Amino acid sequence: MTPLDSAAQQTVSSVVERLKETPGALLPILHGIQDVLGYIPPAAVPMIAEGLNLSRAEVHGVISFYHYFRDSKPGRHTIHLCRAEACQSMNQKATEAHAKQALGVEYHGTTSNGTFTFEPVYCLGNCACSPAMMVDGELYGRVTPERFDAIISEWGKR
Amino acid sequence: MSVTVYIPRDAAALSLGAEDVAKAIAAEATARKIDITIVRNGTRGMVWLEPLVEVATAKGRVGYGPVSASDVRGLFDAGFHTGGQHALGVGVIDALPYFKKQDRLTFARVGVIDPVSLGDYIAHDGYQGLMRAIGLPPADIIKEVTDSGLRGRGGAAFPTGIKWKTVADATPDTGAQKYVTCNADEGDSGTFADRMLMEGDPFCLIEGMTIAALAVGATEGYIYLRCEYPHAHRALNEAIAAAYAEGYLGENIRGSGRKFNLAVRLGAGAYICGEETSMLESLEGKRGEIRPRPPLPAIKGLFGQPTIVNNVMSLASVPVILQKGGEFYKNFGVGRSRGTLTVQLGGNIKRGGLIERAFGVTLREILYDYGGGSATGRPIRAVQVGGPLGAYLPESQFDTPLDYEAFANIQALLGHGGIVAFDDTVDMAQMARYAMEFCAIESCGKCTPCRIGSTRGVEVMDRVISGQNREFHLTLVEELCDTMLNGSLCGLGGLTPYPVQSALRHFREDFEKQA
Repeated sequence: MTPLDSAAQQTVSSVVERLKETPGALLPILHGIQDVLGYIPPAAVPMIAEGLNLSRAEVHGVISFYHYFRDSKPGRHTIHLCRAEACQSMNQKATEAHAKQALGVEYHGTTSNGTFTFEPVYCLGNCACSPAMMVDGELYGRVTPERFDAIISEWGKR
Repeated sequence: MSVTVYIPRDAAALSLGAEDVAKAIAAEATARKIDITIVRNGTRGMVWLEPLVEVATAKGRVGYGPVSASDVRGLFDAGFHTGGQHALGVGVIDALPYFKKQDRLTFARVGVIDPVSLGDYIAHDGYQGLMRAIGLPPADIIKEVTDSGLRGRGGAAFPTGIKWKTVADATPDTGAQKYVTCNADEGDSGTFADRMLMEGDPFCLIEGMTIAALAVGATEGYIYLRCEYPHAHRALNEAIAAAYAEGYLGENIRGSGRKFNLAVRLGAGAYICGEETSMLESLEGKRGEIRPRPPLPAIKGLFGQPTIVNNVMSLASVPVILQKGGEFYKNFGVGRSRGTLTVQLGGNIKRGGLIERAFGVTLREILYDYGGGSATGRPIRAVQVGGPLGAYLPESQFDTPLDYEAFANIQALLGHGGIVAFDDTVDMAQMARYAMEFCAIESCGKCTPCRIGSTRGVEVMDRVISGQNREFHLTLVEELCDTMLNGSLCGLGGLTPYPVQSALRHFREDFEKQA
């Protein structure tokens, strides 16, 4: 387990301190940490557990239950490509195959230059203009392979 | 005089370029020294016209769509800001058949108002339901909701009034309180009504929850929102802050002496957390594993206290019911399905979007009169209604009216009202396999039929598709479905067989073709 650098340690302890009295505090705390660090470092688990008077196993169990929480550093941007039925009905498979090839990664992978992490998602609520995709919280509709390239090239510069 | 131009901030409109359009219109207006006021409204629900730009004129709001940033110059040249003619013009929005032929009760304000302006909300009948509820004894509030015939819009269709009465009659532990929770974990594919309402009229949900709190004597509330909806998160937080500032939330709601605090909590990408007990576990900061029932959440819910768990659409239907009365609402609909259903039409469809209609409209009317057939122009072969756990319907069932009981009669579910269309290129054996795969990915793991059954389901479907000992494996799929249906603790494992069995029932040929 990589120890936390002092900035990350500071982030974790301030988030825990700020939210630990909130009812049902664990999810808000995990969101708070991931919002800043991009992931929840394994070394943060004991700190969270101590702050909430939980066991490390309980904290780990919650982190690993939810698809959104991650325990490794993501790329600079995270792409969520919808895999659900409405998107499939509009040839999401073509966009998916193209995306994997263009990025050179499978789902959950990060590109070798560290720019993009590629994740599946099951519905973005954009089913009337499928296929849908989200990059760092920005939503896109009718994502054909061509449009995928255009969007990615734009984000690659950021 | 300043002209008001409406450009949606709805996520679907943004996903098609509405932000660039808004910037281009603002820049062009400045360059041409034309005085315009831009309002970022919700969507009218006509997603195929998004980004839909509207201009307030003497004859009503005139629309142009779908607009891209490169169209903006031409629009100004055509004088769109005074309602001028342009190829993208669609005329007065309220007169469009798609829009006009709807019964907009819950969505009355969505797309019309500035979603985060409390003043705009109040100017459009907002908070009239709450003001009436404040003057009523709790039992009378519940009676209005019971009389309206409102049933849970999340999919289970349980009578909302009965649920509320159970919570009202329950007593919290000493020192604890009752809760109102809103299930905004809209994870079903093909559904987006909750999102559109939360982005387009968040005060409506807040008002509904406040009325619920008054009715059952709850003082704390949470909206459990899926984290895939960042736009809704922002809109809700803006609206909640405004409601607090004006005393519509907090320690003393509009001087009534009644207290209600409300906050948004984010989920973390687990479909199962849309199941009510799993949602409660998640709100408590735990793994979203489902709880066996009884006890019902109405008796022992969040932190073990009496809790209302209602879907966004159920709660957002409450303000109009309190404002206009249960009888008014009940006059819409058919049979035991009263009021309106917010149909979400998506997938392979020419004119997808949100259609609020009284129950009873047929699937065919939705697919063709509104939807205009498939987007690809090929025949619509299958329709999945009610999300990933809903049945696939063939063309021969398109005359089924949208009504809970009519759907139950054909072994299908209406669910949350999501409709996903597929053209004739769909491979239904693959869709059946996907249903099992989705269940395996999203199972909370608590019960065996769901956790193990779904994984075995994917494996067996793979053998069916590749043609290994096919008859034997098809029988195995049927038996597996039977076990999951009858042995699972909740709807995820219990309803995954619906899409699988319906695909087998209606599209058997896809399971029997050469590998």
